Order: sequence, then C-alpha cells, then structure tokens
Amino acid sequence: MTPLTALLVRDMRIAVRVGGGALIGVLFFVVVVTLTPFAVGPDLALLKRIGPAILWLAALLASLLALDRLFASDHEDGSLDLILTGRAPLELVIAAKGLAHWLTTAVPLILAAPLIGLLLDIEPPAQAGLVLTLLVGTPALTFIGVVGAAIAVTLRRGGLMLAVIVLPLTVPVLIFGVAAANAAVAGPVPFGTPFTVLCALTLASLVIGPFAAAAALRLDIE
Amino acid sequence: MRLSAADLDCHRGGREVFAGIGFHLAAGQALAVTGRNGAGKSSLLRTVAGFIRPAGGRLWLEGGDPELSIAEQAHYLGHQDAVKPSLSVTENLRFWTAFFGADAHKVQDALEWVGLGAIGALPAAYLSAGQRRRLSIARLLAVKRPIWLLDEPASTLDAAGRGKLTDFMQSHLAGGGLILAATHGALGLSSAQELSLDRPAHARTDKTQPAEAAP
Repeated sequence: MTPLTALLVRDMRIAVRVGGGALIGVLFFVVVVTLTPFAVGPDLALLKRIGPAILWLAALLASLLALDRLFASDHEDGSLDLILTGRAPLELVIAAKGLAHWLTTAVPLILAAPLIGLLLDIEPPAQAGLVLTLLVGTPALTFIGVVGAAIAVTLRRGGLMLAVIVLPLTVPVLIFGVAAANAAVAGPVPFGTPFTVLCALTLASLVIGPFAAAAALRLDIE
Repeated sequence: MRLSAADLDCHRGGREVFAGIGFHLAAGQALAVTGRNGAGKSSLLRTVAGFIRPAGGRLWLEGGDPELSIAEQAHYLGHQDAVKPSLSVTENLRFWTAFFGADAHKVQDALEWVGLGAIGALPAAYLSAGQRRRLSIARLLAVKRPIWLLDEPASTLDAAGRGKLTDFMQSHLAGGGLILAATHGALGLSSAQELSLDRPAHARTDKTQPAEAAP
C-alpha cells in the first residue's frame, strides 16, 4: 500500500467506526431537510421552489460538521507530527485526507438526496440534475473546508471558528450549485451555464485547497 | 553518518528557549539531552525533527540520503503516542508502517518484541498509557530509519519496558543508528554523551532578571 492509500484507508476506517462522524453528517442532512416542510407548511409549490436551496444548505452545513476533527484529532494525538516526518508531500497528504472526508461524509449524503428530495416534491428527472450538482459541488465544499480546518487546528472549540472562516468562502459554490439545481428542477435558465461554473469552482478549490491548507498547517505546527 | 548542530537558537512565543547549542553525533552514538523543566529539551528535539524552524544556527547531516531531509530519515517519539483509539493495535502499527513506506512483514514481529503480540486485534482504546507507549516504540522497530529522536521515551514504561527499550536502543546503535534523547532519568546506555541545557539557561536568567524586575 502506498503512503497515501494507507492514509485514505485509515481515515475512512476511523470515520465509519464508533465516534467517527461519517453517519452524523448524513443524519444531520436528513433531519434538516425533513424539518423544512414542517416549518414551511404543506405548500407543495413553495417547497418545490425552495427545495434545491434547502438541500444545498443542508449539505453545506452537514459537510462542515465533521470537518473540525479533520486535522485537530491528528494534532492532539501527535499523528500530525509523524505525518510531517513522512516522505509524502503535505499537499498530497491533505488531498488524501480531504478525499477520505468527502467519501465518508458527502457521498452518503448524495446517495440520500434523491429519497429526501421526494419530501420536497422534486420529481425524478429533476432529481438526477440535483444529485449531479451535489456530486460535482460537494468536493468544492470539502476542499474549501480543509483550509479552514487547517487554520483552526490548534484552537480549542475550533469548530465555531471553522464555520466563520469557511462559510463566506463557500458562497460562490452555493450560488452556482443552487442555480444549477434550480435550473434542473424548474428551468427556465439552461442547466449547463451555472453547472459549468460549479465545475470550475470545484476544480479550482481542488488545486488551491491543499496548498493553502499545507501552508496553514506548517505555521500551526510551529 | 553524522548529525551536527552549531550555534542553534530557538525562540518560542517570542521568548528565547535556548541559544548557542551545538553537538556532533556520529553513527553508533547516543546523546542524552538533559535539563530542568522548560530548559528546551523537547524544543531541541522538535527543532531537529524540523517541526520548529531554528531562529539561528545550523543543523546538518553528513552521509545520509541527500534527497531526504533530516526529518524524513528520523523517527520522532514524542509525548503523544499517535495511537488512534478506534483502530486495533495491529491496524495502528500497520498504518504507520505503510505511511512511512516500509514493508508490512515486520509488523507482527515488532509487536512481539514490545510485548503486544497477543493483543494485536484489541482496539487501541483499551490500552494503558504504558502499552500505548510500547505500541509507539514498535513503530521504530517496524520501520528502519537511522536517526531516533526520543522525547522522554521511558516516562510511562514499567521496569521491564525500560529494560527492553535499552536493548532496542543498544541494537539500534550497534546497527549504526543515531539516538538523540531528552531525558530526566538515566538512559541506561553506557556510551551516551550528555548535553545539558541547564547552564546557558541559568546564565541567561542571571543576566536578564534585574532587567525584567526593573519596570
């Protein structure tokens, strides 16, 4: 096993075991989306209109949930020091940890989205588009999030700090994710335009996120 | 292989921790770093491991792999054991072995050597502090790296564990390894040199105390 695969497997194992937080994210997502119809009332037209936004907001908050432990747990038990003495570049280490986080928190949430979409009166063809926006957009949330996680790593109660740092940065992803999802659900804007921008945002964050997080971590360790 | 430092300065949080530290450590030699609490023993080790950038001075390695940094050829054994409670004992060690790019075939042997061979499948959450330390030490045995940086390696170990640790250190030195260890107690190595961080610190305190007290 290469160093990075070993790290990916370890992080995923930890996430799915007791206290790991993988299931917490998807449960939170389901709970938030389920509560919305109760809060808004049984107005199907309204739910359909705000459905994509609700799903995206819930996905954003759910992906933040376990993020504060991404580096903090490794920092507290000394693993981060050892990771730095490894021969794998820190940027790739962060990418592997980000990927593990995405696979364990975002993928279950994407799989749950079609079922949950039914509660908001989103029809199956539109749901395919909605799921596609989540599949393409959530990596951006994770990789913007890793930067915040790296900055907040040495802070106690870093989770709150993390939310304050990360949420403003996710605004573009949210705008274009919801725009693309809305286009898929209701039209009349073509789906392709916002979706392409969403793809671009994800690609950019995949590149920038690990480098920014690595720089922050190196400062934190000192 | 030879690890050397000259005129090493370290600042933490804007304060000087130590200054003007130098040493030479050749293959097969051990250096015990001693000093009172706060003298900078851990900071010195973390500086050598590359976690802290030295404020001044030089740190170099002759005869190592020129492609790799000192940290990448060193094992760091700190106060924390880097053990994940939700993984089993074997999984913990197997991860570090794979992450450091070593073969997994020595994992079971290393666990036997530190006396954890029988509880490989146990989740690490159930280990005592001493057992966690033993698991940490198993990492040094499973992955071969020439430089060992040990920060109070024996602090949570029982007498038998200390004896084993001394044996491991001796065979590491016999194999041409280097050991830099921060310690309060004796390392148990007859050949170890000693580097005391106390004296410069006292000199510094004497010099700065009146100045600090004045305002």
